[in-house]
Amino acid sequence: MPGTYVPSDYFPVLVIILIAASVGLGALLVGPLVRPRRRYKQKLSAYESGNPPVGEARQKFSVKYYIVAMLFVVFDVEAVFLYPWAVAYDKLGIFGFIEMMLFIFILLVGYIYVWKKGAFEWE
Amino acid sequence: MTLADFIISIIVISVFLIHVMYVQYFERKTIGHMQARLGPMRVGWHGILQPIADSLKLFFKEDIIPSQSDKPIFFIAPIIGVIAGVSSLAVIPLWETFSIADLNIGILYILALSSVGAYSVIIGGWASNSKYSFLGGLRASAQVISYEISMGLSLVGVMMMAGSANLADIVKAQSEQWFIIPQFLAFGIFFISALAETNRVPFDLPEAEAELVSGFATEYSGMRWALFFMAEYAGVFIMSALAAVCFLGGWSGPDIWFFSYVPDVVWLILKVYAFVFLYFWIRSTLPRYRYDQLMNIGWKILIPLSLANIILTGLLKIV
Repeated sequence: MPGTYVPSDYFPVLVIILIAASVGLGALLVGPLVRPRRRYKQKLSAYESGNPPVGEARQKFSVKYYIVAMLFVVFDVEAVFLYPWAVAYDKLGIFGFIEMMLFIFILLVGYIYVWKKGAFEWE
Repeated sequence: MTLADFIISIIVISVFLIHVMYVQYFERKTIGHMQARLGPMRVGWHGILQPIADSLKLFFKEDIIPSQSDKPIFFIAPIIGVIAGVSSLAVIPLWETFSIADLNIGILYILALSSVGAYSVIIGGWASNSKYSFLGGLRASAQVISYEISMGLSLVGVMMMAGSANLADIVKAQSEQWFIIPQFLAFGIFFISALAETNRVPFDLPEAEAELVSGFATEYSGMRWALFFMAEYAGVFIMSALAAVCFLGGWSGPDIWFFSYVPDVVWLILKVYAFVFLYFWIRSTLPRYRYDQLMNIGWKILIPLSLANIILTGLLKIV
């Protein structure tokens, strides 16, 4: 078909992913033929230092983790902008450098703001 | 991709998996001798068959799935880890003309897969439905995403020096000078982030055995646990290989005397094992960080330093 882009560079990647998956699946699927299987209720309960587990494991957790996730999105988008810029840096020259300094400066303002707000403090 | 390429890929992956299996012997011996012990000595000459005995033992262990767990996700988590760990190998240039997949975005591919690897830890901890696993998974998620930023930013300097994100091009760009000299700051940031990214000491909080039993892997046993273990050591190898390729000139070796007859891949393996040894050396030397210290180092020190490194590199390239 004309105009259809075939990413042939990525075919080996697909093959290696399939090989890795078959290593993982093979190890798990062949095993039951040779493994013992003696189950009872206590063995299948969650580990809690030998006592019967109390309550649900999935409880409320600190909002700090959400803040870290939000900050990650901001800074990762920044990193994504930096990659193509870095690869093409020689072609962009001094113009590209100044542009990116402006971008990093704007982000630094936000970074300092977040720091002053105490988002990085993990009490 | 021809049939020959396919066979070579399978051979490379098999050799890689044997290395992953045997590196635990190397680790136990290294740590043993550093603590004035001998390490494994019983199975075979100086314990050389120990990894094989361990693998067999794990293979014959009963497969325990906790009754409260989320079973499909519990099943899938270690497999995601293995896929992410092993398939990163595809873009590492083993010698001058060979890498399994010669992608022009090699660095991005490895960073992306190391993020996918974090999923196996997070959903493994979540699916186990045990308090220790849950805490381990939460810690792992926050830690990995924090250090991923500084790791990605430290590699930007390398890409600026080489003008490419293709790992083979990066090695070729180091023919005159290894990037560890102009990019020493990036190298330090990268290595510290790599320790945290692979959950190794001193940043092994997701599985801190003194407080969380075994963290995210508490409910995993037998072969499933072995897959997590494989994923972790595959990650150690991949990060060491990335460090060797980006900062120590990859496959290139000294071109004098009989050294020029040594195959390229031997130099790469030597450099990778130097980094793996450094991992184990750090493990037997340093105590574990506290969680707030870990977050402080990542957000308040490594990220500003890596941004400063980018600006410095840009200035030096213009002048």
